[in-house]
Amino acid sequence: MAKRTPLYEAHVAAGAKVVDFAGWDMPINYGSQIEEHHQVRNDAGMFDVSHMRAVDVAGKDAQAYLRRLVANDVAKLAIPGKALYSCMLKDDGGIIDDLIVYFLAPERYRVVVNAGTAEKDLAWMKAQLGGFAVTVADRPELAMIAVQGPNARERFWAAFPAGRARTILLQPFQAVEWDGWLVARTGYTGEDGFEITLPAAQASAVWDKLKAVGVKPIGLGARDTLRLEAGMNLYGLDMDESQNPLESGLTWTVDLKDAGRDFIGRKALAALTPTRQFVGLLLLDRGVLRSHQKVFTPQGEGETTSGSFAPTLNQSVALARVPVGVAVGDIVEVVIRDKRLQAKVVKPTFARHGKALI
Amino acid sequence: MSIPANLKYTASHEWAARNADGTVTVGITDHAQEALGDIVFLELPEAGRAVKAGQECAVVESVKAASDIYAPISGEIVEANTPAVDAPEAVNQDAYATWLFKIKPSDPAEFDALLDAAAYQEIAADH
Repeated sequence: MAKRTPLYEAHVAAGAKVVDFAGWDMPINYGSQIEEHHQVRNDAGMFDVSHMRAVDVAGKDAQAYLRRLVANDVAKLAIPGKALYSCMLKDDGGIIDDLIVYFLAPERYRVVVNAGTAEKDLAWMKAQLGGFAVTVADRPELAMIAVQGPNARERFWAAFPAGRARTILLQPFQAVEWDGWLVARTGYTGEDGFEITLPAAQASAVWDKLKAVGVKPIGLGARDTLRLEAGMNLYGLDMDESQNPLESGLTWTVDLKDAGRDFIGRKALAALTPTRQFVGLLLLDRGVLRSHQKVFTPQGEGETTSGSFAPTLNQSVALARVPVGVAVGDIVEVVIRDKRLQAKVVKPTFARHGKALI
Repeated sequence: MSIPANLKYTASHEWAARNADGTVTVGITDHAQEALGDIVFLELPEAGRAVKAGQECAVVESVKAASDIYAPISGEIVEANTPAVDAPEAVNQDAYATWLFKIKPSDPAEFDALLDAAAYQEIAADH
């Protein structure tokens, strides 16, 4: 039987269509997925992301351990509360998962990983403990609610007035802890907002309070089109263990500056000359781009990794892995069923902050 | 979930209506549009194309997924609802008013053998 978050009953009561997602019963949409998408781009919506897994890393060697474990350098998190996005890599540079690391306090970090990879990630994290004075503690009991949209922060403050002073100065990728909550100015939509990690027992009351101030529940369907428009990768589609960050549009999450930092996968990445690159595609013909469609370019074949209809653009877009040499502005062909349709190569950020970027 | 009693149905969630001129109008059921979610693209067959019962002959794509549409009966496509291609969301708004294509049947008995509303109701309840 699929797992359920503390908000499952609330989803059902709100008329959600519930589907299995990585072993969890999750709401894919409550009504129109497109309306939910616009609600987040134009106002404020909330997502139950309690299926994602928080893992606390603590101890004298917590920083040293994470500097070995992830490809970005947590040493750049200078003040408590700062966070960064990165990947855990295998020795061969393949991506085990993408994650956010929050620096909570000296010798104390929180890592948030994907639901579908949580058990694998935990096993990997524990296997890398050798020699480090660190504990890795799974926190499956925590719930997570993401409030996203141009009005998300104001709505959060309307629901929780005491939270305003604590969070008003937070910069993007910065978080603050109080009373067992972690409130971070992060998200997966390309909009402003907060991700709130909190005890499961409080989730339903918090959800109701946010709903009472006009934050609408948004399903995982709209979450996917929002993240796609924002050009954010989805693990399992855009990258997995057979792909490396340099060919997945994630070079910016790999920090090579400290030559003395031997993170897992570094040697493999250093030896690699990328032959493929990550781009955005905008479908010029009518149709809908999806994952695993063939892309024909003058430089050779590529493949879409994730695609959908983009409600902000009213057009279909995709992320794609194509040969190096393909340039922004080029017209390529994507095979949909038996037809070759024209698509334009664009930077893989289609829409953010309420606006189309292409 | 609306299942008009005056229409015929398939297990693959198409509806069919016989017109006065003998042609059969085809669309997808209310249950199907509900399951697909927001529809954003229609690929309809060209007039003149010969189709066999059960053959893929159109595609309906929602934000979530692409779904093949099958010819409920054999015959020749005589018309496609091309205005609907410009407004695919009309299928969500009214799946029975927004037909997809019309077939001139090669064997009128095939239409009579399609599911009635009660039989389709049972199938739709299970899916």
